[in-house]
Amino acid sequence: MQIATPGPLRVVSGHLVVFRRLWRLNLLSSFVQPMLYLLGLGVGVGALVDRNAGSTATLGGVSYVAFVAPGLMATTAMAVCAAESMWPVMGGLKWRRDYHGIAATPLDATDIVLGHMIWMAMRAGITGAAVATALAFVDDTRSWGLVPAVIVAMAVGIAFAMPIMAYSVGAEMDGGFPAIQRFVIIPLFLFGGAFYPLSQLPEAVQWFARAFPLWHGVVVARGFTTGDTDWAGVAGHLAYVLLWAAVGTVVSIRRLAGRLYP
Amino acid sequence: MSDTSIVLRIIPVSYLSALGVRRPHRMIERHVMAYRRQWLIVVSGFFEPLFYLLSMRAGVGDLVGDVSVAGRAVPYDAFVAPALMASSAMNGAIFDSTGNVLHRLKYARIYDAALATPMGPADVALGEISWALIRGQIYAIGFLAVMAAMGLTESWWCLMALPVCALIGLTFASIGFLGTTYMRGWSDMEIVNTLMMPLFLFSATFFPISSYGDWAWVVQLSPLYHGVALVRACNAGVWTASLVVHALVLLVISVVMLAWASRRIDRLLRR
Amino acid sequence: MPEPLIVARGLKKRFDEFEAVKGIDVEVQPGEVFGFLGPNGAGKSSTMRMIACVSPASEGTLRLFGMDPAVDGAKIRARIGVVPQLDTLDTELSVQENLWIYGRYFDLSRAECRRRATELLEFAQLTDRADSVVEHLSGGMKRRLSIARSLINEPELLLLDEPTTGLDPQARHVLWERLYRLKQQGVTQVLTTHYMDEAEQLCDRLVVMDQGLIVAEGSPRELIDRYSTREVLELRFGAGTNDQFGPQVAGIGDRFEVLPDRVLVYADDGEAALAEAHHRGLRPESALVRRSSLEDVFLLLTGRSLAD
Repeated sequence: MQIATPGPLRVVSGHLVVFRRLWRLNLLSSFVQPMLYLLGLGVGVGALVDRNAGSTATLGGVSYVAFVAPGLMATTAMAVCAAESMWPVMGGLKWRRDYHGIAATPLDATDIVLGHMIWMAMRAGITGAAVATALAFVDDTRSWGLVPAVIVAMAVGIAFAMPIMAYSVGAEMDGGFPAIQRFVIIPLFLFGGAFYPLSQLPEAVQWFARAFPLWHGVVVARGFTTGDTDWAGVAGHLAYVLLWAAVGTVVSIRRLAGRLYP
Repeated sequence: MSDTSIVLRIIPVSYLSALGVRRPHRMIERHVMAYRRQWLIVVSGFFEPLFYLLSMRAGVGDLVGDVSVAGRAVPYDAFVAPALMASSAMNGAIFDSTGNVLHRLKYARIYDAALATPMGPADVALGEISWALIRGQIYAIGFLAVMAAMGLTESWWCLMALPVCALIGLTFASIGFLGTTYMRGWSDMEIVNTLMMPLFLFSATFFPISSYGDWAWVVQLSPLYHGVALVRACNAGVWTASLVVHALVLLVISVVMLAWASRRIDRLLRR
Repeated sequence: MPEPLIVARGLKKRFDEFEAVKGIDVEVQPGEVFGFLGPNGAGKSSTMRMIACVSPASEGTLRLFGMDPAVDGAKIRARIGVVPQLDTLDTELSVQENLWIYGRYFDLSRAECRRRATELLEFAQLTDRADSVVEHLSGGMKRRLSIARSLINEPELLLLDEPTTGLDPQARHVLWERLYRLKQQGVTQVLTTHYMDEAEQLCDRLVVMDQGLIVAEGSPRELIDRYSTREVLELRFGAGTNDQFGPQVAGIGDRFEVLPDRVLVYADDGEAALAEAHHRGLRPESALVRRSSLEDVFLLLTGRSLAD
């Protein structure tokens, strides 16, 4: 008997077909952009930071570029996966309508959602791996910790992708997307602990950052790359990150099924 | 002072009507109508530069301490704020003239509808660019008010930063509009984002041009660098001859891009 | 005879290598409904875009209201209404806002825009949808809104590019009725279509276009009388055998056409032709006698059916 490819993987293969056409452009957002940030903020601003006596202690005894690099891996995963779970998901239901096409085959809402999740993890992984490869060439950031950091970036990616997907499959119009970008994604990018320790921020902002999965991922990834890993903390942070992904997945499946099979 | 009047002063009126510019303000009227329902999107555009400023002030500023510019020590947030103001003028103008225009040009076909009326391609082009300027000017006023509230402005001269931001907006709206006429689809927006990022990061925005050492000349190729230099000068109230050069660079780019863009749009819409 | 509204002489449109319109002569009189009939790619839309003054002619002369589009494009456009092939409604605006802003493009005052919009919503049977978002309208409603929008400037000439393509039969009839009313009000109309019934219903006069050229001109009745017989006998011999039986009808009626799915026999008396076919021992699976239509005219003129 022939063993059939699992449904979600067939959905992923559909994503891959499109990606094969657009990967050069995607490379820009998933590799070139984080590298530019690393160069501009990590190296450029880093020179100003490292010159300032006392800052290195605040950063936990590492150079600024070493502090920022794992944070950028996580924020890029967040940004790429968040954007890919907004318009493209709504398009699958509304404009391209390929979700309806898939739903007319033996595949169902669960396959589409899990397929999206695997695909988002892959996108975050590709991005993370590309940045990690570049970081391996820099003295301050070279470490085996980059490998688990890529996996953390994948977890952060789906922790944003899935709840946003749950929103996108339920939304009628795309007007909410810019609001998510501007009031969640960008503030997290700036205040989520990637560029400086959270402790420098007012208490309320710290709680905002802690509520979302990004900061937890940044802390774990940074622990790995700077070789300062507290395993109990890692487990707790990762559990919280994956909880977001899991809840998002369950809600997405339920809402998408409601849309596809009313 | 309206932004259309700035454009009108740059290009003589007779030249405008020869190009077929008669009712660009109708395009603006349409956008006002459309955005009445989506005002949240318009308002939210103000927050992005504000978040950057707050983040730089609270977080990075503490790590960096003071920056020395032309021999005097400036707190990092006071150093970054004018640059963020200039960058947000660029960002706003680019996003209004690329993504939004692409949508109206290729997908919503709003220009096709307008061109079936006495409106001409030049009305569309100038209307869109003016709209981008007006929106940018609203954000610039808001940002300057926040800077003043945070004590980051140094004198009344800082008000001069507003027309400067309009000039930066004009430059980038013209570039963006031209670029959009060459775009194939949404995925090309990645190119726009990726081109803007080095401008944003390496226009002496986050660290002084002296940090670049021998590579400083590369920074001068960035139009945003000239904008940043102008806004910083306005904020500090320090006037030097080099500012004229900065302003001229932006002006020349604007005029060339505007002329090129309106030829392109004419060819695209009147096939 | 009044001055023609539209005069085209040797009109051509080239896109790089491809010549979409290869030199046509057209005159449209005030008050008439004039049609361009032809299959997709015949050059109808390119011609319409030139008449709408949004596409410069590559060669030849074109005059609307006695003016040259290259010189007075904006002035001409102020006097015409355009319903494009694909709706270009503004999806970010409501139904009535679409009418208002369009009126503003014509420099109408805000009060005037509101007054006319109210009337036009009534005309387009959209009054109760005035505040709806365009996106949520049905295809027929969008089309009616497009027509209402094209009337905001009270045009003397209305251009309709495939006004009913993609609509269900009921929506088409509603639309035809509205266009007929406009004709009664004296609005000159130029329309393109690849539906024969639409051309027969609406047009006073039409031209048949094929591959960028005009191949015939006249009223629907004239064209049928000139190029076809009074009646047509349709014989179906079952899949794949029409080729084989077709030639055997030779001599019955004036002429015949073999199509993949049927054989057409052109005769003034269809019943007599059918009797003759039976007499010859032909046993089609089905037979039908009908009146000649523009479809038959087109088939004769171009050797192709319009459905292609």
